[in-house]
Amino acid sequence: MNIIEILNLVHEYRELDEEGNEAEALRAVDGVSLTVEEGEFIAILGHNGSGKSTLAKHVNALLTPTEGTVYLSGMNVAEHKPIWEVRREAGMIFQNPDNQIIGTSVEEDVAFGPENMGIPTEELLKRVEVSLEKAGMAAYRLHSPNKLSGGQKQRVAIAGMLAMRPKVILMDEPTAMLDPVGRKEVLETMHELNRQEGITVVFITHYMEEVVDADRIVVMKDGKLVMNGAPREVFSRLEELEECHLTAPEVTRLAAELKKAGLDLPDGVLSVDELVNALCRLK
Amino acid sequence: MIRDITLGQYYEADSVIHRLDPRVKLAFTVIYIVSLYVGEGVLAFALAASFLAVIIILSKVPVSFMLRGLKSIFILMIISVIFNLFLTQGEEIFHWWIFRITKEGIRIAVRMVIRLILLIMGTSIMTLTTTPSRLTDGLEKAFGFLKIFHVPVHAVAMMMSIALRFIPILIEEVNKIMKAQQARGADFENGGLIKKAKAMIPLLIPLFVSAFRRADDLANAMEARCYHGGDDRTKLHPLKYRKRDAIAYLVLFAYLAAIILLRIFTSELIKIVP
Repeated sequence: MNIIEILNLVHEYRELDEEGNEAEALRAVDGVSLTVEEGEFIAILGHNGSGKSTLAKHVNALLTPTEGTVYLSGMNVAEHKPIWEVRREAGMIFQNPDNQIIGTSVEEDVAFGPENMGIPTEELLKRVEVSLEKAGMAAYRLHSPNKLSGGQKQRVAIAGMLAMRPKVILMDEPTAMLDPVGRKEVLETMHELNRQEGITVVFITHYMEEVVDADRIVVMKDGKLVMNGAPREVFSRLEELEECHLTAPEVTRLAAELKKAGLDLPDGVLSVDELVNALCRLK
Repeated sequence: MIRDITLGQYYEADSVIHRLDPRVKLAFTVIYIVSLYVGEGVLAFALAASFLAVIIILSKVPVSFMLRGLKSIFILMIISVIFNLFLTQGEEIFHWWIFRITKEGIRIAVRMVIRLILLIMGTSIMTLTTTPSRLTDGLEKAFGFLKIFHVPVHAVAMMMSIALRFIPILIEEVNKIMKAQQARGADFENGGLIKKAKAMIPLLIPLFVSAFRRADDLANAMEARCYHGGDDRTKLHPLKYRKRDAIAYLVLFAYLAAIILLRIFTSELIKIVP
């Protein structure tokens, strides 16, 4: 079943001059159609300004389309009222961990979403506990968010999403401001939630290393969808990726160079182990 | 480092006073201030002081913490004592050159010092024993009735709690910008007042820009989490009156009644024995 259905989406940012007339219209998203299946882990790759964040913000109605329609669980996102029925279906994690934590303690922050939904107190307590457990942050329940590391803050934000019981979690470059350890923490947490809870994940990034385990990769360039396929398939089209200003992981590039030099290797190698195995089998 | 500072002056301890509903403590603060100005005479001040002493002992907050608050008003106190002492007209008991001290002056000065000390200590009880988030919750509930007059009580409380969360983050940001500007040769230390004020401009502009960006991000994050104002909102830890809060209210009103009675009684006394 398709949980997200994007049809011919166009979004223009309008710039007004001093008299309030339209001076310039910038097409951030230019005719994108995309469907996401329930339970899928989909990665949206793209260089800065490729329109990937703008695209994601249409799914939970933070932005409304200039043209086209977005459906989430059968709801027409732009027209559905009340709007929070859409937003509780699709949670969103943002780039800056500091700017999305509202509560003065971890548990208060996790409760913020369901509090807005009007969940009764007893149920709230249960949800906070379960969500923190799932995000691996149960030990920090009463801590102040200011004292946590970046990766931990993002996991608090993830717990805050889980407490709303969404079907989809949209992640808008959640790892961009984190150190390697924090990046790994966040990524592993999301994969676990995807596998165990069946939550659909839309993961936006420009780091290709982070998306090798995704079910599907979508590549965006100048507001258009240019590639759409399994990681192996996308990673084997190195030249096209280069045109999108994306750099494939070193292993993938090394394998491609070796292949060019005449070795019999498969296309789109995703991990060091895979390359080692392929090389050992050569003789 | 700077993120570890506790805001306000909350002193963490496990005491009856800490556990009281913030609304009770709010009521205490108001009633205590009123009582200090209603009360007149030695007996009333003795009652007010011992009432406060009992609360301080119950709250388990060290007295040194309480006294710290007095330091900031020490100079103010000295100045007003001097003015009251020398400028009050009345029965003269000491005279040297242009200085004269009167009986009335001494009485007013002493009364004022006692009042100020009790006032500062009494009002600090609330902030010392209540976390900022409970305090905003309490204020939101206590002033909830203003909603009838279209005062956005929930919005104000939400702004307060967001401000509290962002103060340490912005302080850190100021330090970061300061270092970045110093690395580019900015001088924040030397020069006169005007030069120093001018030096703040390269600090304030980036700070404002980043604060607006943060506000924008935060608004998005709040919307993404279904925030739509205070209507139908539930609370993880709702404020609920318990038995101890009822008792506290009783004690509080008994105290106020005693102060008022004392005032009536002493003024009658003065009428009878002039």
